[in-house]
Amino acid sequence: MDLTLLVQLGVIGLTFFMLINASAILVLAERKIMGFMQQRYGPYLVGPHGMLQPFADIIKLLMKEELRPKGADKWLFTLAPVLSITAAFAAFAAVPWGAQTTLFGLLEEPVTLGVADINVGILVIFAITSMGVYGIVLAGWSSNSKYSLFGGLRASAQMISYELSYATALAAVILLAGSLSLREVVDGQSGAWLGFIPSWYVFLQPVGFVIYMIAGVAETNRAPFDFPEAEQELVAGYNTEYSSVRFALFPQAEYINMTTMAAVATDLYLGGWHGPFLPPEYGWIWFLLKVGAILFAYIWVRWTVPRYRYDQLMHFGWKWLFPAAVINLILTAALVLYFDA
Amino acid sequence: MIPLSHYLIVSAVLFTIGTAGVFLRRNFITILLSIEIMLNAVNLTFVAFGRQQGGVDGQIIVFFVMAVAAAEAAVGLAIVIGLYRHRESLNPDAFASLKW
Amino acid sequence: MPETLVFYLLSGLAIGASAIVIGQRNPMYSVMMLIASFGALAGLYVQLDAPFVAVAQIIIYAGAIMVLFLFVVMLLNASRENAAEWDRSHPLRQPAVVRFGGLLALLLVVQLAWALLSARGLAGPVGARGGAETVSSVRVLGRVLFTDYVFAFEATSILILVAMVGAVVLARREGEGS
Repeated sequence: MDLTLLVQLGVIGLTFFMLINASAILVLAERKIMGFMQQRYGPYLVGPHGMLQPFADIIKLLMKEELRPKGADKWLFTLAPVLSITAAFAAFAAVPWGAQTTLFGLLEEPVTLGVADINVGILVIFAITSMGVYGIVLAGWSSNSKYSLFGGLRASAQMISYELSYATALAAVILLAGSLSLREVVDGQSGAWLGFIPSWYVFLQPVGFVIYMIAGVAETNRAPFDFPEAEQELVAGYNTEYSSVRFALFPQAEYINMTTMAAVATDLYLGGWHGPFLPPEYGWIWFLLKVGAILFAYIWVRWTVPRYRYDQLMHFGWKWLFPAAVINLILTAALVLYFDA
Repeated sequence: MIPLSHYLIVSAVLFTIGTAGVFLRRNFITILLSIEIMLNAVNLTFVAFGRQQGGVDGQIIVFFVMAVAAAEAAVGLAIVIGLYRHRESLNPDAFASLKW
Repeated sequence: MPETLVFYLLSGLAIGASAIVIGQRNPMYSVMMLIASFGALAGLYVQLDAPFVAVAQIIIYAGAIMVLFLFVVMLLNASRENAAEWDRSHPLRQPAVVRFGGLLALLLVVQLAWALLSARGLAGPVGARGGAETVSSVRVLGRVLFTDYVFAFEATSILILVAMVGAVVLARREGEGS
């Protein structure tokens, strides 16, 4: 069999495996970081420093009884978490996480580290994350319970509102890079100004980066925008009636969405796999470090900031964030025209 | 390579299905969904012919058709909501008389 | 050969899903089947070297318009029990009308088939003239959109504004304030 094909299949399998690991690690990281921020230890009994806690969680969840409320729609009740998790995994398929490598000369032609290199990559990620709304809205509706319905409706309204600001912030970066392909956006950020400031787009687009991060937090239903799962108010929102495996898929989908948002933010704004001191073949180490930093910021924000009220959330999304994103886009377009003309 | 006529046949069948849905179903939501099927069939025809001609004009027209379809779906659904509030029914036959 | 197989799979999915859309009693299932049909059509657009249109199809149709339909179905709690009874009490269901309509439908299908099979220039494969690079380039698409079709582009933006205002006004309850 062709060695290049084997290597590509290996890269795909590795990406899938690492995504599953990412959600497991995030379960532990969230609880440990939350614990340390609240001046207590997080989980520490299972394994050294609680490192085997995700396994305990997963085994417990798998052992629970699979419930389905009597009035719940038979097909859609099971389809909803499947849609969520499929959209979450599929979105990461268009994200490159390493430079093109020939495995130290083993292969004739270089292979991109990433599942697929699509020439409209950014739009594909956006399209698949907008399909993730269906998992939540169907979960809310098909559970035949008022807490779930409200949670589902609020979540989907929030997600589609913040998709606008998300896409407009993306459009500004695409203007700077001149291409829709994520690999070319990252390649446009190689090098440095003045010898030591890396030429990342976050320095050219600080407002855009902030808008993207806020919209990303709102898209993945994380605090301070996690109204759909507001534990204090809606029982558990759209996943109230779910148990065992179907339930486990929802937080896993949420963590993988977080990872995808962090990875796309790294590729678009933080220079992807470019970094000092390491040769380009090991760029994925820098990628992991940057994604880890953004995920830490996600968890940090969750346990520091109080939750928004729902109407404040929608006001902020439509009246402040979207106009800011549009003004950012117009300014970027004007400056690109001025400096390139 | 796939002949152009194959794409056109798929588009024709989709358009027929959409038309049948508009005529045969007595539920506002299903009628609007059938209209969307018809618009998509037309989009497929445009893209196929555009590819045959070798320019991007087909795709640009599809772009506009999608925008118009979105606007029409939004207004159509708003009308359906307004109608439902009056008669509590999604059956077009319930709105057959002019008097309330 | 795999290209033809993919084409048959995708078009079969699109046609099958659309048939279920018009035949299904439950509007929720109709909406989900239509989303599947849109996904299949996006695949067909990718085969026609139009990746931007394919992604736009997913973003606009499957990601936004269908969410709107889903909201309305949930809001109105479109019941599934009445659907069968409504279709049976269709005013046009008398036997004479059905026969005449069936004849017309058959005539339509025969005309379409004759037109498609006897037209010249349709037998060649799509893309025989080449040019896959230009057609699938987003840069070229953007350039043509903003130069040759700029008037339609601006008119469409006004149309969307009008539709937005119209939808908000039409769906308001009577007697609400400003």
